[in-house]
Amino acid sequence: MLSGYTASELLSIFAMQGFAGLSLFSVFLLMALGLAVIFGQMGVINMAHGEFMILGAYTTYVTSNLFQAYAPGLFPIYFFVAVAVSFIAAGALGALVEWAVIRHLYSRPLDTLLATWGLSLILQQVYRSIFGAKEVTVILPDWMMGALQVTDSIEIPINGLIVLVLTLIVTVFMWAVMFRSRLGVQLRAVVLNRPMAGAVGINTALVDRITFSFGCGIAGIAGCAFTMIGSTGPTAGQLYIVDTFLVVVFGGAGTLIGTICSAFGIAQAQSVMEFFMSGSMAKVITLLIVVGILMIRPQGLFSVKVRK
Amino acid sequence: MKSKIAAKLSAVLIGAALACAAGQALAGDNPIAVTDKAVTVGILHSITGTIALSEAGSVQGEKLAIKEINKQGGVLGRQIEYVQEDGASDWPTYSEKAQKLILKDHVATIFGCWTSASRKAVLPIVEQHDNLLFYPVFTEGLESSPNIIYLGPDATQQIIAGLDWVINEKKAKTFYFIGSDYIWPRTSFKIARKYIEDKGLKVVGEEYYPLGHTQFNSVINKFKLKKPDVIFSTVVGGSNVAFYKQMKAAGIDLAKEKPLLLTTSVTEDEVLGIGGENIEGGYSIMKYFQSMKNEENEKFVKDFKAAYGEKSVIGDTTESAYLGPWIWKAAVEKAGTFDIDKVRAALPGIELVKTPNGYVKVHENHYMWMKTYIGQAQKDGQFKIVHGSELMEPNPFMKGY
Amino acid sequence: MKTPALASSNKGFALNLTVLLALLVLVFPSSMDIFRLNMMGKYLSYAFVAMGLVLCWGYGGILSLGQGIFFGLGGYCMAMFLKLEASTPEYTASQTTPGIPDFMDWNQLTELPWFWEAFKSFPLTLVLILLVPTVFAYFFGLCMFKRRVGGVYFSIITQAIACIMTILIVGQQGYTGGINGITDLKTCMGFDIRTNGAKLFLYYLCVFLLVLAVLLCTWVSRSKAGRLLVAIRDDEQRVRFSGYDVANYKIFVLCFSAFLSAVGGAMFTLQTGFMSPSFVGIVASIEMVVFCAVGGRMSIYGAIYGTLIVSVAKTAISENFPELWSLLIGAIFIGCVLVFPKGLAGLYADHVMPFLSGLDGRLKGAFRGAREDREAQIEALRDVPADKVLLGVPPQFLSGDGMDGIDDGRSLS
Repeated sequence: MLSGYTASELLSIFAMQGFAGLSLFSVFLLMALGLAVIFGQMGVINMAHGEFMILGAYTTYVTSNLFQAYAPGLFPIYFFVAVAVSFIAAGALGALVEWAVIRHLYSRPLDTLLATWGLSLILQQVYRSIFGAKEVTVILPDWMMGALQVTDSIEIPINGLIVLVLTLIVTVFMWAVMFRSRLGVQLRAVVLNRPMAGAVGINTALVDRITFSFGCGIAGIAGCAFTMIGSTGPTAGQLYIVDTFLVVVFGGAGTLIGTICSAFGIAQAQSVMEFFMSGSMAKVITLLIVVGILMIRPQGLFSVKVRK
Repeated sequence: MKSKIAAKLSAVLIGAALACAAGQALAGDNPIAVTDKAVTVGILHSITGTIALSEAGSVQGEKLAIKEINKQGGVLGRQIEYVQEDGASDWPTYSEKAQKLILKDHVATIFGCWTSASRKAVLPIVEQHDNLLFYPVFTEGLESSPNIIYLGPDATQQIIAGLDWVINEKKAKTFYFIGSDYIWPRTSFKIARKYIEDKGLKVVGEEYYPLGHTQFNSVINKFKLKKPDVIFSTVVGGSNVAFYKQMKAAGIDLAKEKPLLLTTSVTEDEVLGIGGENIEGGYSIMKYFQSMKNEENEKFVKDFKAAYGEKSVIGDTTESAYLGPWIWKAAVEKAGTFDIDKVRAALPGIELVKTPNGYVKVHENHYMWMKTYIGQAQKDGQFKIVHGSELMEPNPFMKGY
Repeated sequence: MKTPALASSNKGFALNLTVLLALLVLVFPSSMDIFRLNMMGKYLSYAFVAMGLVLCWGYGGILSLGQGIFFGLGGYCMAMFLKLEASTPEYTASQTTPGIPDFMDWNQLTELPWFWEAFKSFPLTLVLILLVPTVFAYFFGLCMFKRRVGGVYFSIITQAIACIMTILIVGQQGYTGGINGITDLKTCMGFDIRTNGAKLFLYYLCVFLLVLAVLLCTWVSRSKAGRLLVAIRDDEQRVRFSGYDVANYKIFVLCFSAFLSAVGGAMFTLQTGFMSPSFVGIVASIEMVVFCAVGGRMSIYGAIYGTLIVSVAKTAISENFPELWSLLIGAIFIGCVLVFPKGLAGLYADHVMPFLSGLDGRLKGAFRGAREDREAQIEALRDVPADKVLLGVPPQFLSGDGMDGIDDGRSLS
């Protein structure tokens, strides 16, 4: 399919396709970061992760409407406010859920799956009751739309760039929290050896709650970012859940670098294959490859050495 | 001793089973719920699940029509009462609920279904129990049940009208197809490809993505590589939102018509989710647009907004759904009875001269004669009508396709 | 080796089976019309899956979120046979190629794909219904368990497989009917499956097969394999070090549950007259897990009652308050996990049974009889595997799903 084109045409397509892969990578990574904390570190199978993302998306929707109504002059920068508000909203809900449900289930990981699946159904219905069954559109300020003309034939979508930058910031933020903050040290201590961490004076229950809420908050940011590229509807969250879990599991639960590599690998594989074959088949083959590799290497690409 | 008890027990059970069987088998045919004052009909759409966002409008259209008919004195002097069931975006549920409506509520007809799959699930039920289904969505054709009235345009009515227009008016030569992966897009493109290739023009790409897919950057790059004159989209549901947002972000300005976007899957309802600014300039092929200028439509839009709020919009399927009860009423009145066989016999040839989308008539094959229009999406979420076809005959089984 | 406890558990078993039979064979048919009975039959076909999950998840600790795959494969095999029978050359005369299923014609297929050929024969179809899902489960299990993929990872991978299967079935619509599924099925071996008489017959057939499945499940759960599964669930390493090939037992139970699910899928197709890819997906698969969890993941009967209760509630509530249903089922999930993890069976065993037997005891005034009865009934309800009995520990001293009472792996053998 590539015959009959000039070299420069091909070059620019490769450049843009490379960026398409990068942009898919940032989407996958952003989805997976929150889950990497919740599932990777805490072992909670949060099936409502998609719904936390949608909460972020709806928060963005509400924020944009509020800005339009009350502060039209500030509309161009509302998105930054929305990111923060989404983080707080999803984080707060996360803390509530942890307190009400999750904390009773730490010893039964498979049961967290059922409980959070129930939670996801409830949240979907709540969204439907509040915002209606129809999808809502989040209006973006003009500067965030359109494409950046790099050369005559290479155009890079601006919103893709924003998601990419946002992903980088969130990743660095998360790395700092996990590996350079007191909370991170405590969290890793709790994950490695809960009784021992408690014995040295760490309030493990509090660490659990903050961590869960932090992971949900990241999901909220992801949802906020997705309003730029995808749909915001009550059931949109379900679309992401399988992909998200696969990214985390494939990377190896509990490793940040693993999650990044796996998001990159899956995104590039899917993006490249989509270019050469139908979208449906590309998806099937990507999933099959991931499952295949997981069978050979069940612990994922990277694994943390933990003495059990 | 054990075996004795077991034998006795099984004897009793078998006896009871046979008695029940006899009782059940005798329960004979299924009357319809008509009293001197009222007649019951069924409404069967998803109000939960993934398709709920699309079906919400249809429910509103049907309820509005029923309300208006009742205000005018009902059908044959009876007020219409409806029983509403939730298909829950799940095809087996549609089948179950259709049975419930027919067998338990004894409805005189069903207005409902949305996706092809839901219609296929209900089809055997209405055929077996000889009831009626008024189906409000554009369809792929390839089906003509005596018990279903297809209110929307069939694939040929939408596609041929649209293709003729882009080929003649816009001088389009190359086409790129993109659709969600299920039967309606695939059949639509099958028809479109044949039509295009018969004219000596070229289809440069054909792509299907799973329902709910949200990443279209790769296919957008393929557009840029192949440079088709026309992108023909049958992407549906949530994927639509992602598709148009990403097109816009990738620098494809639809208003420049390079490439031109043609779609058979975007109505005013979908634009609500997509956002007018993201699809501005694209062309949609439908039998109805909210912006149509005629007396009936102005009244319809006013009544609809009065019932469902100033912000509500009306898409093609909502209007089709609105037509359903009116066509049924006309057929019942022509037949002079609610008896389903007679109503069914009366249906072909029923015409409504003044509807929001103009003249429609029921064909022998239970599809509708109608005109097809092409509207260009505007920033405010409405469509500007740029072309209207002649009255088109429905042709669900096109020769050679 | 028939200990008194085991004998009394047999007594409880007979009681449970009688109650179930009375309900399914007498109460339902006499109190419902054919439409509702047909719905019950449909729910019962889900119960096969739930029972499979009891063994797989409750006993084996393997939570498969892809049981819908097996249910779907069984159902599709049946549907393919019925579809071929419905697609007679006369009925499909208007097609380009008469005699092939309508959806193939729409997708420009001009002859029957090779893998459809086998479904022309009814006996072969019956074999394939059972064989295809089981063999699929075998190879899947082989890949997963031999590589020691377990727990949460297994669950997530089954989800991915369910996702792949759905995309494949939907995408290959010329061969599978796509998202519409295989619809408009009419007759089976010449018998019209849509008549009231046929529906009644199919209901009883479903009940008959269900009882067979109950017997089979009970047998498996009481066998050595069943006991080993519980041991594997509670401490896989210990069983492995005791010299057992853990993977083989896991593969066995996965295959067994796939086998049951396939039977359910085939019965579903027969009773509803179509098969849809929505059963292969994740949502349907998780719903099956909920049936099992509500009923009680350790109780075979609980799974059946759980399936019936949740399904009936779903229908009843969604007929009246469709919006409420999602909220309610969500709450049931959470409640089920938080408040009564042992499900209905646990509730019954912990609260209802003691009360009833207390009553019974007072009436009889005979301490010994009541005590025996109570023990028997509690045990049957919990379906406590016989290994606990072997140790001579009365079941009420054991926690519901723990093996705390066992301190030596060797006592299992």
